[in-house]
Amino acid sequence: MSDTILDVKNLRVEFNTRGGIVPVLDNLSFSLDRGERIGFVGESGCGKSMTALALMGLLPSIGRVASGQILFKGQDIVNASTKRMQDIRGNEISMIFQEPMTSLNPVFTIGSQIAEVLHRHRNMDKSEALKTAVDLLDAVKIPDARNRIASYPHQMSGGQRQRVMIAIALACEPEILIADEPTTALDVTVQAEIFDLLRDIGVQTNTAMILITHDMGAVRQMAQRMLVMYAGRKVEEGTVDQIIKSPRHPYTKGLISCVPHIRKGADRLPNTLPEIDGIVPDITSFGKDQCLFAPRCERLTQQCLDRKPDHQMIGKAEQQSVSCWHPYGRQT
Amino acid sequence: MSKPALLSVRNLSVRFPLKGRDEHGKRKTLLAVDNVSFDIPEGKTLGIVGESGSGKTTAALAVARLVEKEAGQIILDGHDFGALTGDELRIARQNVQIIFQDPYSSLNPRLRAEDIVREPLRHAGQTSRQEQDKIIDELFHAVGLRPEQKRLFPHQFSGGQRQRIGIARALAPRPSIVICDEPVSALDVAVQAQILNLLKSLQKQFNLTYLFISHDLGVIQHMCDEIAVMYMGQVVERANRNSFFKQQKHPYSNALLSAVPSIELHAEHIRRQDISGAPPDLTVPQTGCRFAGRCPLAQKACHLSVPVLLPENASHQAACHLLTD
Amino acid sequence: MATSKKSLQTLAQDRESLALVTARHPALEVFSMFIANRAALVAMVVLMAIILAAIIGPMVYKTDPFEMVWAPFTPPGTEGFILGTDYLGRDLLAGLLHGGRVSITIGLVAALMSVFIGISFGAFAGYYRGYVEEVLMRITEFFQVLPTLLFSMVIVALFGASLQMITIAIGLVSWTAVARITRGEFLRIRELEYVTASRSAGATDLKLIFQVILPNALPPIIVQAALMVGSAILFEAGLAFLGLSDPNVVSWGQIIGSNRLYILDASYTVTVPGLAIFITVLAISLIGDGLNDALNPKLRSR
Repeated sequence: MSDTILDVKNLRVEFNTRGGIVPVLDNLSFSLDRGERIGFVGESGCGKSMTALALMGLLPSIGRVASGQILFKGQDIVNASTKRMQDIRGNEISMIFQEPMTSLNPVFTIGSQIAEVLHRHRNMDKSEALKTAVDLLDAVKIPDARNRIASYPHQMSGGQRQRVMIAIALACEPEILIADEPTTALDVTVQAEIFDLLRDIGVQTNTAMILITHDMGAVRQMAQRMLVMYAGRKVEEGTVDQIIKSPRHPYTKGLISCVPHIRKGADRLPNTLPEIDGIVPDITSFGKDQCLFAPRCERLTQQCLDRKPDHQMIGKAEQQSVSCWHPYGRQT
Repeated sequence: MSKPALLSVRNLSVRFPLKGRDEHGKRKTLLAVDNVSFDIPEGKTLGIVGESGSGKTTAALAVARLVEKEAGQIILDGHDFGALTGDELRIARQNVQIIFQDPYSSLNPRLRAEDIVREPLRHAGQTSRQEQDKIIDELFHAVGLRPEQKRLFPHQFSGGQRQRIGIARALAPRPSIVICDEPVSALDVAVQAQILNLLKSLQKQFNLTYLFISHDLGVIQHMCDEIAVMYMGQVVERANRNSFFKQQKHPYSNALLSAVPSIELHAEHIRRQDISGAPPDLTVPQTGCRFAGRCPLAQKACHLSVPVLLPENASHQAACHLLTD
Repeated sequence: MATSKKSLQTLAQDRESLALVTARHPALEVFSMFIANRAALVAMVVLMAIILAAIIGPMVYKTDPFEMVWAPFTPPGTEGFILGTDYLGRDLLAGLLHGGRVSITIGLVAALMSVFIGISFGAFAGYYRGYVEEVLMRITEFFQVLPTLLFSMVIVALFGASLQMITIAIGLVSWTAVARITRGEFLRIRELEYVTASRSAGATDLKLIFQVILPNALPPIIVQAALMVGSAILFEAGLAFLGLSDPNVVSWGQIIGSNRLYILDASYTVTVPGLAIFITVLAISLIGDGLNDALNPKLRSR
């Protein structure tokens, strides 16, 4: 496993809230290889975005890394200096966000915004940076790139703006690209184009990607491995194929089956969708020593409320691991 | 289709004034809904699917008479709902209720949950306070809220619970038709299923008729009996569910369906159509098919005349020149 | 333990929703945010004390503020006069207490008046848009560009320097800010879905304006109104300083105005009412700030 570029070990991120200190990320471990695409799945408030912010060193002021390591190319960046993190951000690890409307500065042309990044991290002079900006816009398939660099964000559609964001994120040929719900604000046809683009770029440049999403279909299209988060904890991890074929955690199972997936040519459809009862618990109960999914779970037993389940490997080929007391259903 | 339609919309058009004027000094306008017709039988669900800017929400709001229509007929339960004005219209609006997309901005933050549901009853003005309380209790039970939650304010509920309040409010005046405008797209995935199941069971329980707006084809397939695909203000395809999902006729419907990420197939296995071209500018009159600029199959004829929904009176229609050749 | 699955489940869920049921009215929440703000709370106490003094003071301390009670320029604390006497030998404490009544009343009434005019203009302009908006906002702009001091001087000069006229003059020059804020809020809120919901529930235009939109538009208007009480008091002081005040009543500004020639010889005659104005206006703006923070949902923590 010499190809590992990111190795997160037992990461715990705490928030200092009115109700006391709570772990928004609790004992999170995962690793990412060069060129690999991993999907983070879960409902909002489960810690997907917080993971991304922790990696970028951009935790909100009430949060801090309490323990654990984030090894980027073998080096722990949890306690890296501000200067070092600025070097890493946008250069070695970059990120694209959900809202392409607000993440571009409306008063500068897109060309100058791309050039700015190149100037900052690559020391390019202005004309060289602009030339590279055109190439980047070409790479993200914006037609007529030479003229488009003079456009302002409001002159572009949502999909084009997201392409510009991707161009900015790719400007410095990062080793890891984090995409936080990159297509939620976009139409499906545009989403498909953005996914194609991201996948192509990942293959061409061997960039590792972390895709944060709530859409199982998107993970299936985009990622090789996935990680399901619930209430700040990793509840299941494994290859996408394996997990979608046989999810072991009831939450994963629910996430897959509660969405009405299109069935082409089906005459008969189920009248009701399988539900997951309830909602994600309040942040204040995140640290408890119990399975936090228990209140919503159909496999609930006393054991689930008594102790937090360990994360354990399942099956033979080490393709799947899960945090559940009853991964094969409830034995009664 | 032997039963007469509960709601029948004919040639509905909506035009919005814009800022600025064209070169002739005339005020610019945007034709957001163009000549849209559909029927919904009682107790059934018609789904309108389309992307942003397709005019699906505007069409629904025009049906509810909350947006001024430029032309067209709206016949609701045998009455010409589209022709009403003034106080008559104000009262009749209660027959068409809406479940909104955003559970946060759709509830008045200053009212208690019970008063939000009570509002339509109060405006109708025919029920006593006791009767209202009884209706509210029944509705709270029907949408799965507990009685003690009646006194709470919107910010004390989760997104899914707020949506339940919105549903109770929409059902309170016993509307003939309920417009569901993207009712689950702002909710977390797990909560979406809860709300979709609720909408289905309420439909059965109260024999409701839905006009269901969504961009999500999976949701549309699950919820709707009939489907209309809208693109740039026009209905480009109309069919019953089974027929539509077996074989889409319009290239746009095809592209839309193939763009939805599926959990069953890997991306490499999907042949996706390239529809990366730009959509037309609706502030100027269109001469051809509106999809022609993006359509991979477009021919000369497509740019010359506007296709209409064909074959007439068939249960599966599409507006595409390629189908009539 | 053979606890059934369902009961365990409801138990766990109930524990979560318990927090919800015990939550409070939004107004109460705003209040608790407000009193958590130390500066605003102190300001509130100070302002209450000042208002109480202005109400009760004249009833208890019965000296007529216009009467010459002792030799002029008796310094504070001598001869039994806590704040001394002014250039005509009038008791300054009596002036301060009576003047407080007048100044604060003018401030409150003028602010109320501008809120009333401002809300009417802003609400109808923001709700109806189109020509209604054009006309109402042009009128608002007209009042906005008037030189405020000159305009009120003209009103007072034309209609006489009575208490009512001065209050009206102040109200007339300060309502435009409220109108603009109200219009802005209406433009925003009228597009929200709950307004559409009320409309489809059969609400009339007037109900939508006053029962649905206005209550939700109030927070920034309330803040503005609070600040306006302060500025109205200042404005009145300015007019009085220039001699444009009702000669039959005493106000803080008037005391300063009439004693201004002796500012070097008997500075306390000016400083005492000056301090009264300063403290009152400061308290009001601190309260305004506190309200702003308490009413702003973005600053409210989860």
